[in-house]
Formats: sequence, C-alpha cells, structure tokens
Amino acid sequence: MVGVAAVVVLTAVGEGARRYVTQEFTSLGTNLLIVVPGRNETTGSFPGAGGVPNDLTLDDVRAVERDVREARLVVPIAMGNDTVANGERRRQVAVIGTTSDFQQVRHLEVTAGSFLPPGDLERGAAIAVLGAEVARELFPAESPIGRVVRIGDWRVRVIGQLAPKGRQLAVDIDNLVLIPVATGMRIFDLTSLFRVLIEVRVHSNLESAEERVLALLADRHGEDDVTVITQDSVVGSLNQILTALTLAVAGIGAISLAVAGLGVMNLMLVSVSERTAEVGLLKAVGATGRQVQRLFLTEAVLLSLGGALAGLGLGWGLVRAFVALYPAFPASPPAWAVVSVLVLAVAVGALFGVLPARRATGLDPVEALAGR
Amino acid sequence: MIELDGVQRSYPVGAEPLVALKDVSARIAKGEYLAVMGPSGSGKSTLLNILGCLDRPTAGSYRLDGREVGTLSADALSEVRRHHIGFVFQSFHLIGRLSAHENVALPMLLAGIPEDDRRARISTALDAVGLVHRAHHRPNELSGGECQRVAIARATVMRPHILLADEPTGNLDTANGEQIMRLLERMNADGLTLVVVTHDPNIGRRSDRVLVLRDGEIVQRVPGRELRPDALFESRA
Ligand SMILES: Nc1ncnc2c1ncn2[C@@H]1O[C@H](COP(=O)(O)OP(=O)(O)O)[C@@H](O)[C@H]1O
Ligand SMILES: [Mg+2]
Repeated sequence: MVGVAAVVVLTAVGEGARRYVTQEFTSLGTNLLIVVPGRNETTGSFPGAGGVPNDLTLDDVRAVERDVREARLVVPIAMGNDTVANGERRRQVAVIGTTSDFQQVRHLEVTAGSFLPPGDLERGAAIAVLGAEVARELFPAESPIGRVVRIGDWRVRVIGQLAPKGRQLAVDIDNLVLIPVATGMRIFDLTSLFRVLIEVRVHSNLESAEERVLALLADRHGEDDVTVITQDSVVGSLNQILTALTLAVAGIGAISLAVAGLGVMNLMLVSVSERTAEVGLLKAVGATGRQVQRLFLTEAVLLSLGGALAGLGLGWGLVRAFVALYPAFPASPPAWAVVSVLVLAVAVGALFGVLPARRATGLDPVEALAGR
Repeated sequence: MIELDGVQRSYPVGAEPLVALKDVSARIAKGEYLAVMGPSGSGKSTLLNILGCLDRPTAGSYRLDGREVGTLSADALSEVRRHHIGFVFQSFHLIGRLSAHENVALPMLLAGIPEDDRRARISTALDAVGLVHRAHHRPNELSGGECQRVAIARATVMRPHILLADEPTGNLDTANGEQIMRLLERMNADGLTLVVVTHDPNIGRRSDRVLVLRDGEIVQRVPGRELRPDALFESRA
C-alpha cells in the first residue's frame, strides 16, 4: 500500500516537473535558436587555437538578418546589472539591451506607453521600458510614462511599462528594465552581446538555420567560436532526464510492490494454515481443488487490490496537498502510472497468492478437518 | 446402496504401515439406519471417511449405487460428496465468520445453484431443524445444540441420500444430544440413509443395525434392538 502511494506521489511529481519544464520552454516557442558566444565546453575546444572567443557583435546580427533566410526575427541581447533610480527610490535590477522584436519572441505585453521602437540597432536612444515590479517600486503612486530614471549614471526616459508576467525560465520579467541594445552596450561598456535569439519561420527550418548561422559566424570570426542552442535540444534533454527519473521512481515503486507481494504471500500462508479446518470443511461439502484455489487466489487479489486502492487514495491525497502548496506546479499522477500500479498490484496478488492457494488445494480433506 | 468389499486402509507410518481398517466388507441398504460402534482407535472415523468419499481405501472396492468410487480422482470425489453425501461432525465445523444462513448456503454456492433456488432451499433446511429465527446469527451466538442443527441443515441442503454423522452428540449434553438424534432419525424416516458413529449404546439400540469395530475389523453385526449393554465389552474379549 505504501509502495503504491509512493509510486503515485513520485510519478506525479516527476511527471509534473516534466510538464512544467516543457510548458515553460514551449511557451517561448519551439522555433527559437539561441546563439551564445564561446564554444560549448562539453563539445570540446581546441586548446592551442585562441583562448578567448571573438565578440558577438551587432554586425554579426545584421549579417544573420541579411543572410539567413530562415530567420524571421533576430534579436540581440546585451545584459547588465545596475541600480535603477527615480530620485531616492532605487532598485538593483537586470538590464537588458535589445530591440523591438524582443517583445514578440518573449510574448510580452505592454500595459502603458509603448515597447521599444523598431529600427534602433545602432543609434541607442536614451529610453527604457520597465518591468511591472520595477515600475511599481519606483513609481508607487503615479504613471512612470514620460518620466526620467537613472541607470547608474545614465539618464533614460521611460516610454513603456510591461504587464506582470512573473518568472519565465529563471528570468524575473517583472524585475527587468529593457533598453535599446546600443544603449545597453554603451552603458555597460560591452563589446560583445550576451545572446542572440533567432526565431525561424517554421519549425522544420530549425536545423538548416542552425547550420547556416554556424557557418556564417565561423566565416566572419575565422573560427568556430559560438554555440547554438535550440529549444528542442534543451527541452528534449530535460525531458529525457525527467522521464528517466519518473521511470526510476516507478521502478522503486515496483520493487516495493514486490515486497508488498511477499507480504501478501505471507499473510495468505498464515491464512491458509489458520483455516486448514475450514478448507477441510469446504472439501467435505463438495468443493473441488480448483474452487478452493480460486477462493484463496481471489482473496489474495482482493487483499492486494485493497492495499493498492488505499495506496492510491493516500497518494492522491498527498498529490492534492502538494498542488495546494505549489499551485503553479502541475503535479498529477500520469494515467499510465495509476493503471499500471493497479494492474501490478493485482498481478502481484495473484502471483504471490498462487503458492498459498496451492497449499490449500493440496490439503487432504480428512487431515485438514482434523486441523493437521 | 453401499457395497464395501475387502476394504483396507493403511497409513505409511514408520517401517511397518499402520493398518486402520483391514478387510472390511459390508452392505448398507438405501434408507437404512446404521450405527458404527467400537473403542477409540478402532477405525470408526476411518470407515466413515471412506464411506463419505473423503478418503480412499488402499485396497478393496467401494461401490456406491453400483458405481466404483474407491478409485476416483480427488475432483471426482468432490463431485460425489457434493451431490450424494452429507456430513455431520462432532465439532460442528461451522465457519465462524458466516451466519447460520450463509453456512447453510455454502454447499449450494460451490455447486453453483442459482440465488433464488438457494434462498428457498435454505429456508426449508433451516425450517426442518427449527432454526429459521436464528438464520442471521453467527455460530458464536448459538448454543452447541443449535450449531449442530445448523450443521445438519448444511449437510442436508443439497438433498443427499446418505447422511454420515461422526459422534454428532459427542460435544452436547444429554438433552441436546437427544434432540439432535431425533432430528437425524426423522430425516432417516423420510428416506435418508443414516450412518452414525457413536459410543452411546442407547443410540445403537435405536438403530436398524450395529457394526462393532475392533482394531480395524468388524467383530459384530447385530440388529440395534438386540444390542445388549455388555455387547461392546463382550466383543473385546
Ligand atoms: N492420518 C493418519 N495417520 C496415521 N494413522 C492414522 C491416521 N488417521 C488415523 N490413524 C490411525 O488409525 C486408527 C483408526 O483411527 P480412527 O478411525 O480415527 O479411530 P476411531 O474413530 O475409531 O477412534 C488409529 O490407530 C489412528 O491412530
Ligand atoms: Mg473417531
């Protein structure tokens, strides 16, 4: 029973984690390529050839826009951390330098004012869009639109405010400040972009786009010095890990079920020996060996099924409690786990009930009646 | 009609097999009332178990209504017991978890008799032993005499034509024992073949015929009314 509860809870949580991750990633669109400067360590870099990777620049972004036909949106990201202040009200936030297309890629909504205007890749206007939380902190009583805030020593004018969104993949959207990418590189004195996001037109273009981007940048930099991550690969490998975890958990559950099976067998053996006289009586009034066997098998199956149902109930209760505590986490036991746990319990009951049932069937009626 | 010819039953105990019944031959007519008597360990229960197809002879022949049953398989014997034989035991052997009603239902459940039929037959059987009002009591709520009456209802509910009772009054006081014997004798009067194992000479005298066993052999066959009080004693000499 405990085994069944454990299987239900753990597979529910495992499945929940898998769904949570998948949901988070796919909410960003699966047509996304992420270009990161530097070789991925795990794919092996060449020791001798140039330790520091070349910068990922706005020129690279423009080249990709021009040459990679599959790309629908190419969004540069420059990243920094600084204090944002409105007079005495200040807050430490992540500042992202990007372009107007960032809104589409990240599915952001603007509640007041407007998002970064399109077409500003090089100029770097002194404007900013505030995350919901930042806006509320710096301007508790009034609208921030049109007001000037300081980022470090730089003064920028607020042109928009984002709708509350919460965390998205470890990035707290509500605590962001968005500025034009060139402005960001100037403020933080950056030579390289942090990331370039590329959204392809259709999912099937993903691979060819990846190849083309890699080839283009290798050509421009004179070496292979960027890494391209696809949503698919990230989601895929996370998915794999979590599925493996869920299966492992199910395996542990199966072992505990086997242990429970031995318990059932023991219980049934005791039951048979306690009821030897009863078996004798059944035979005396005309029960065949098969009938006696079926009786004890049924009892074993009912016993383990009862245990399994109790376990399911317990597990379900625990999952419910878990969901009540963490509403965002879509934990629910996968149907396959519930079904297979029940089937397994019945099978275990039948399997481990066979030996005791055989023992009952083999009893000699006269001796059984005498309780021997 | 029961025909035993040279029936033997031995148990492989140690080097020399223990012979519980040696060369027993007997005929028991349909509707007869037979008492089996003899000292303890003389083989009375062994004989009754063979008659009831709970046990098989190691040698000899047992024919029931002309059919050889001594060599049938265990399942075939179950079938014979189910339809032809009712058992009453000294210690009742009721199932404690089940009510009187359910205990009586048991043989019919095993025989696959439909629900409606079962109900009617349980009522009839409990009525015959005067226990309709106790149908939903469990054995531990019933007196010894009442328990034995439930057992008799269970033994007769399949309408067997042979009723075998192994010391049915052994656990009862005189008054209850007398009531049980009256019940069994009334069923015998209605045509049921009755074989009773007993130590009580008074019961023996009421039977049609007495078989006296000693050391696994029939040492005396007398009509019940001719059984003298010292008959058992004599046979031992
Ligand atoms: N299962 C058995 N194994 C060995 N000996 C047995 C077994 N059952 C009965 N006996 C022996 O057979 C003899 C007859 O037993 P039983 O028929 O029970 O006697 P009764 O009912 O007349 O008291 C006894 O000596 C008894 O010990
Ligand atoms: Mg006996």
